[in-house]
Order: sequence, then structure tokens, then C-alpha cells
Amino acid sequence: MNLDFTPVWQGMSGLLHGAVVTVEVTVAALALSCCVGLLVGIARLDPKKRIVYGIASTYVLFFRGTPLLVQLFLLFFGLPQFNIMLPAFTCGMIGLGLYSGSYVSEIVRGAIQSIDNGQMEAARSMGMSYGQAMRIIILPQAVLRMVPPLGNEFIALIKNSALVSLLTISDLMHEGQKIIAISYRSLEVYLAVALIYLVLTTIASQILRLIEKRLRVGGMVQ
Amino acid sequence: MSAPEMTPNAKPILEICDLGKSFGSVRVLHDISLKVMPSQVVVIIGPSGSGKSTLLRCCNCLEIPQQGSITICDKDIVTDGVVLPEKELNALRMHVGMVFQSFNLFPHLTVLDNVAVGPRRLRGMKKADAEDLARAQLAKVGLAERADAYPAQLSGGQKQRVAIARALAMEPRVMLFDEPTSALDPELVGEVLQVMKALASEGMTMIVVTHEMGFARDVADEVLVMDGTVIEHGKPEEIFSNPQHPRTQSFLQSILSPG
Repeated sequence: MNLDFTPVWQGMSGLLHGAVVTVEVTVAALALSCCVGLLVGIARLDPKKRIVYGIASTYVLFFRGTPLLVQLFLLFFGLPQFNIMLPAFTCGMIGLGLYSGSYVSEIVRGAIQSIDNGQMEAARSMGMSYGQAMRIIILPQAVLRMVPPLGNEFIALIKNSALVSLLTISDLMHEGQKIIAISYRSLEVYLAVALIYLVLTTIASQILRLIEKRLRVGGMVQ
Repeated sequence: MSAPEMTPNAKPILEICDLGKSFGSVRVLHDISLKVMPSQVVVIIGPSGSGKSTLLRCCNCLEIPQQGSITICDKDIVTDGVVLPEKELNALRMHVGMVFQSFNLFPHLTVLDNVAVGPRRLRGMKKADAEDLARAQLAKVGLAERADAYPAQLSGGQKQRVAIARALAMEPRVMLFDEPTSALDPELVGEVLQVMKALASEGMTMIVVTHEMGFARDVADEVLVMDGTVIEHGKPEEIFSNPQHPRTQSFLQSILSPG
């Protein structure tokens, strides 16, 4: 077996550029995912609010229950039939964001429901509205419990973002494949690509550890 | 404790009329009527499962009774299961302080912020003013020096005193105490009862659900004995020395001479 990493070195600037695109699409998708996840998670707290709960649950059912690749293709190849042509990057961001949002919504819902009901009662009995109690009392406590599972979700998102290479987005995966197309060095290039993904996910998990540590400052025991 | 003035035109702070409440098919409260006058201390006693806590929780609509009405400061907060509109209910709840058995302090806020959060967010006070008020309330319950601690760093008795300060910071017209000492180690009960006694002597209107018969005897203007409904009520000396209802007799016997 002979390994030749020369094409990797020669294509390194492309790979690094791809890595930047991967980070961009992931961070954009994460922002969308957290916003959607928070709203949907809160919407699914009370099954008695039928309409809101129904809409939110249908969203989760679809986006958690179908493959991400199918969702991305629906956005990129399906929407043009309605004359909606979104740029590839936008499709990638929306697709990843909505897919991940369905998981984040469950993280949000679980964290909120894990806060002792007495907290809501104490807040409401002071005269806070439901929204105030949520914002001032419940969510700050729930966020702390969301961080570890959100970290998992963030890392999964980085890895899943490789699929957007199929929408012509020049992300890390896409750049790797371009090098392979000229050099035929699949093993070496994919190893290099895997290594760069590993670096990205490691950095992400370190950042999350720091965030968790920062949030825990203040003697809060849970 | 001076008896509340019973002048004919004195208006009750809280009035309950023919209250009834069921959980599913289980009827927990029925035919309850009660008037609480300003500065009056009403203590509710009774066996567990007799609906004492439920009655108290109905008073600020944490539970919604299906029958009867509750009037606080001349406002009907609930009538036959129909609750006051959300905004008015929230405004009224500010005047009704509640202290829970399990404290329910906000663990992500310091002791000071636990007490200041209400005045700041609900009474529109400036941060500095709210904190001054909070410090004053904490001093009142003897915890001024723990202002910067977090609830997790306090003993049970201290937590409950902070919870009382938190309720007081809203300057309530009436305070509801739901078994405030039941979750405490025996040696910590005294400090909480002392704070409550001081409050009563300052003229705070209080409704207290408790198993502390000593407190009831010393502080109550009126004692209610409950078992799904009010089976007996009167001055503490009447209830404790000469209970009329057989259920009251057996309950007092079991609690005053256990074993």
C-alpha cells in the first residue's frame, strides 16, 4: 500500500476554504435551529392548546421522521417547480436548521418540563404572567439543562452538514471531492477531510464546555 | 394578639362563599364559606387530605374551584369556575403573598435577587430601589448578611425566611402560608414561626395552614378545622380546650399525644 498525501497538501487551501463554508453553514443553521427549536419546544408544552400544539407536532413529525437528504433535495430541487429558487447556501442553511430544530425542540421541551412545577407556581403567585415566569424564572434554569444535549446536537449538525455538498455548496466535503476528481486519491483525501471535521467537532465541544462552565458560575446546584 | 375590630362597616379582605372543588370525581372541598378581616390571623388545621392546602391554593387561583366564589379586596377572583381575566388576576396576585411548603426559591438568583425580582419586574421599581427594599425585607427576617448567597447555600429555615421576605417585598394585603414549616428539621421550625409571629403582631392579615398547634394557639384569631369542609371554627382556646365535633376531638388527640 502506498499513501500519497501530496494532493492533500496541494489542495489544502481549498480544503480550508471548504472548512470555513462548513462552519458558516453550520453556525447559520444552528441559529435557525435554536430559534425554531425554542418556539416549537414551548408550543409543545401544553397539548390542550390544540392548534399550536398540532402545528408544532406536525413539524416535528415531518422533520424528525424524514431523511435530511430528502429534505435538502425538496428545498433545492423541489421548490423551483413553484418558481422559488433559493441560493444553494440558503437551502443548506434552512434544511439543516429545520431538521436540527425538530431535535432541539425536544431538548427545549424536556429541559423546561424538568424544572420543578413549584417554580412556575411561585412566579405566578407573585403576579407574573405566564410569559414573564417563563422568561425570568423558568428558561434561565432550563437553558443550563439544555447545554449538554445541545452540544450533541451541534456536533451532529457539523457532521450532517457534509450533505449540503450535494447541493453544489463548496463546503469541506465538496472541496475534498473536487481534489479526488483530479487526483483519484480517495483514501488520503477522505482521511484529511475526516481529520478536519474532527478538529471542528472538537473545537465545538470545547466551546460548549466553556459555555456550560460560565453558566454554572454562581453556586447553582442542580 | 388583639382581636380584629368587628365594626359593622369593616370590609373583609378575603371572602369565600359556598366554595366547592373536585379533582375528577373526587370531591375535595364543599360548602366552604369564610371571611377574613384585616389584620386577622386564620389558622387552618385538619388531617392530611382534608383539603386545607387546596383551599389555600384556591385563594390565589393556583387551583380553580368549580363552585362558589372568592373575593379579595372587593374583587371577585373566581365565581363558579369563571376566573378573573388574566391581567386582572395577575394584578390581584401581587397583593396576595404565598409561602410554600417547599420554599420554591429561584435557584438561579441570589437571595437578594429572589426578593428584588418581584418589585423590579412587577412593581416597576428601579434596580437600586428594588434592592434597597429587598435588603430591608431580608433584614426583617434576619438574613441581611446572606443577601449575596444562593438558595442552595442556605439551610431550610433560612430558605423559608427568604421566601417570606420575597412575598413581603410585594407588600401584600394578605399572606397565605401553606404548611411553611412542614419540610423543616425540627430545630429550624422555631426561627420561621418567630418571623411569622412578628408579622402577625405587625397586623399582617394571614391565612396559615399548619400542623404547629402551639402557633395556632398563640397567634390565631380564629382556627378552622377542616375535613373536606369546615367542620368546626372558633377561637383557638375554644377549639383546643373544648372541641365539639368528634372528628376534631380525634384529630387533636392524635396530633397532641401521638403514639
